[in-house]
Amino acid sequence: TLRLVGTTTAVLRKNAGAPGPEKYTEAFIKKQIEEFNLGKRHLANMMGEDPETFTQEDIDRAIAYLFPSGLFDKQARPLMKHPTEVFPEQRKIQWGEDGRPFHFLFYTGKQSYYSLMHETYEKLLNVQKHQDQLIAQDLPLQKEKRNLASSRWLTKIELEEMLLEKVSDDDYSRFIQLLEKLVTMPCADIEEKYIQKFSKEVPVQLQKVVIEPLQYDERGVAFSTGEGKRKTANATAVVYDNGTGKITVNGIDILHYFPVLQDREQLLFPFQFLGRIGKHDMVCTVSGGGRSAQAGAIRLASAKALRSFVTEKEVEFMRQAGLLTVDPRVKERKKPGQEGPRRKFTWKKR
Amino acid sequence: QLDRGCALHTAARDGLSSVSSQHVPAEKPRAVFHTSESDPAKHTEQHEGRLYNIPLEEVKAVFPHGLPYRFQQQIQTFNEARVMVRRPALELLTYLKGSNFAHPAVRYVIYGERGTGKTMTLCHVVHYCSRQGWLVLHIPDAHLWVKNCKELLQSSYKKDRLDQPLQASVWLKNFKSSNERFLQEIKTQKKYMWGKQESTEEGRPLGEVVEQGLARVRSASDAMGVVLKEIKQQSHRGSFRLLVAVDGVNALWGRTSLRKEDKSPVSPEELTLVHNLRKMVRNDWSGGAIVTTLSQTGSLFKPSSAYTPQELLGKEGFDTLDPFVPIPVPNYSPREFESCYGYYLERKWLQHEKAHTEDGKAELQFLSGSNPRQLDRLAGPL
Repeated sequence: TLRLVGTTTAVLRKNAGAPGPEKYTEAFIKKQIEEFNLGKRHLANMMGEDPETFTQEDIDRAIAYLFPSGLFDKQARPLMKHPTEVFPEQRKIQWGEDGRPFHFLFYTGKQSYYSLMHETYEKLLNVQKHQDQLIAQDLPLQKEKRNLASSRWLTKIELEEMLLEKVSDDDYSRFIQLLEKLVTMPCADIEEKYIQKFSKEVPVQLQKVVIEPLQYDERGVAFSTGEGKRKTANATAVVYDNGTGKITVNGIDILHYFPVLQDREQLLFPFQFLGRIGKHDMVCTVSGGGRSAQAGAIRLASAKALRSFVTEKEVEFMRQAGLLTVDPRVKERKKPGQEGPRRKFTWKKR
Repeated sequence: QLDRGCALHTAARDGLSSVSSQHVPAEKPRAVFHTSESDPAKHTEQHEGRLYNIPLEEVKAVFPHGLPYRFQQQIQTFNEARVMVRRPALELLTYLKGSNFAHPAVRYVIYGERGTGKTMTLCHVVHYCSRQGWLVLHIPDAHLWVKNCKELLQSSYKKDRLDQPLQASVWLKNFKSSNERFLQEIKTQKKYMWGKQESTEEGRPLGEVVEQGLARVRSASDAMGVVLKEIKQQSHRGSFRLLVAVDGVNALWGRTSLRKEDKSPVSPEELTLVHNLRKMVRNDWSGGAIVTTLSQTGSLFKPSSAYTPQELLGKEGFDTLDPFVPIPVPNYSPREFESCYGYYLERKWLQHEKAHTEDGKAELQFLSGSNPRQLDRLAGPL
């Protein structure tokens, strides 16, 4: 498959009068390919490797070695790739030397789109004919359900890329309607291959969060670990069973590590919610962030660790209480022309 | 809550049948947390974790100064002074009871983390000694002498020392109100000159020296020095017992935040009050005891995590105070915590409805970390 950088230049051109970027003739592309292959062999020779088995990765490594560049933008660095990847795919000239176009639908303006619609309709008629034949022969209609859940149709942009010409929203929706109609017919399996060209697999995204089972340490006490993040702080917590409610952070007791009441309340929250205040011991390590961020990170870590000790229903309660969600708030970026992320400079009348 | 009270009750009752049982058991949970023994001399380990009452008149007499500020507020609110009997205090009392007064005075240093009850332990011991009839020399906070002093006078007695008339006069006033009868009994041994005209003859009661110090504020520090010297000499002779109770003793050897007029820092030796107090704390006299507390809260230039004697006293202080008996004061044990919580509940100090539940109690214990000061601050807004 061809890799296009962005959309095709031909597709984006609205103003037909303005000359676009230069069109590459076929001969030009062929010459580029020959030069590339020759260059590849020379490069392999230079690097002392076998020219026959010189892959694209080797080329990349060799170029990076011979032309080291400190530029940050990877796309600005020296590049040696196959011309089909470098030169964007373009429509070849659609008419011959005498000026007559090749395709019969050229004067519609959207030749590839209409030809595609004609093809799809042809398949539809095929399927209907096949269906009528089966009914005439009194054979049972085959019904194999396509797995609709895990596939999706091509998006408009993908269709544009495939056809190399612009597709409007209405056209796209009509095409999809036609495909849907084709699929719903009972004997659509005949044209399965054709349909597969326009459908894509969607990976099953059911990631059910796995609750780890309890682990047991040497003394036989059950414990479980959890990790949490908040702003820039990372925390890991190990919650032990049969405890007295003692909590140690980085080897220091919480009374000394968090002198502020608010932080200690944050730590208390998961235990209080489950009603297990004096029953667990906890040992945590935390780094990064500030005082409040560390407290929030430890809270999340301890809530995650407590999931293993608790029934599923209570896990659901915890999730609804917001104990298990990572807090997405981070420091907002300062913008140029303003003093802070939101604060503007003082406005002076003159 | 009531069930728990009753359960503890019966258990306590079985163990306590011999002790003065003026509290009738199985009546109210109140008795579990309180004892009616208001004489510290009779406090034993069975009273551990309980609160005892000090009558308000005694409070005014024995502690004109010296109680922590928050405790004084609590006394005003509850209209009674309840002090908890805790293990370190009991330890100290046993030592004091068994100490031999012919030997040089033993030094005790009470230390512990912030807010664990060192000053309260000291006050407990002071109360005991005053009940026993000792002469109590109670310095509420030595840190007050080394910082925030408005007036510094150059001493007339010794050229390179600095006086602090205000602090000295305040202390003399409080000393007078707490030890009235001793001031009449003790007589001066020498003649002292205050300036060119006034003098105190030999054999006059010590009260006169104190009056002199209060009247002439300029010579208050010298008056205090005289008082201390006299008391030390006489207790060495054995006519009475002396207790030197100093709170925040690490101030005597640290740095001060005071400056002389030429902006050079003042070291503690240059202050008369500190100099005299150091002489008292040395164990070259007998017939009494020296009980001191370390305090980080008022100390200057020390990190907030320091609480051991070594860190807070510094090398000099440690060498001077060595040998001493260290007495660590920990946070509340579960039993002490329960009795404190029960007391707050009973006096309706905890108004929040959740505070009455078991969960509320567990929360309070968790959040305060069983630290008395934290618990006190937490219970305030509730």
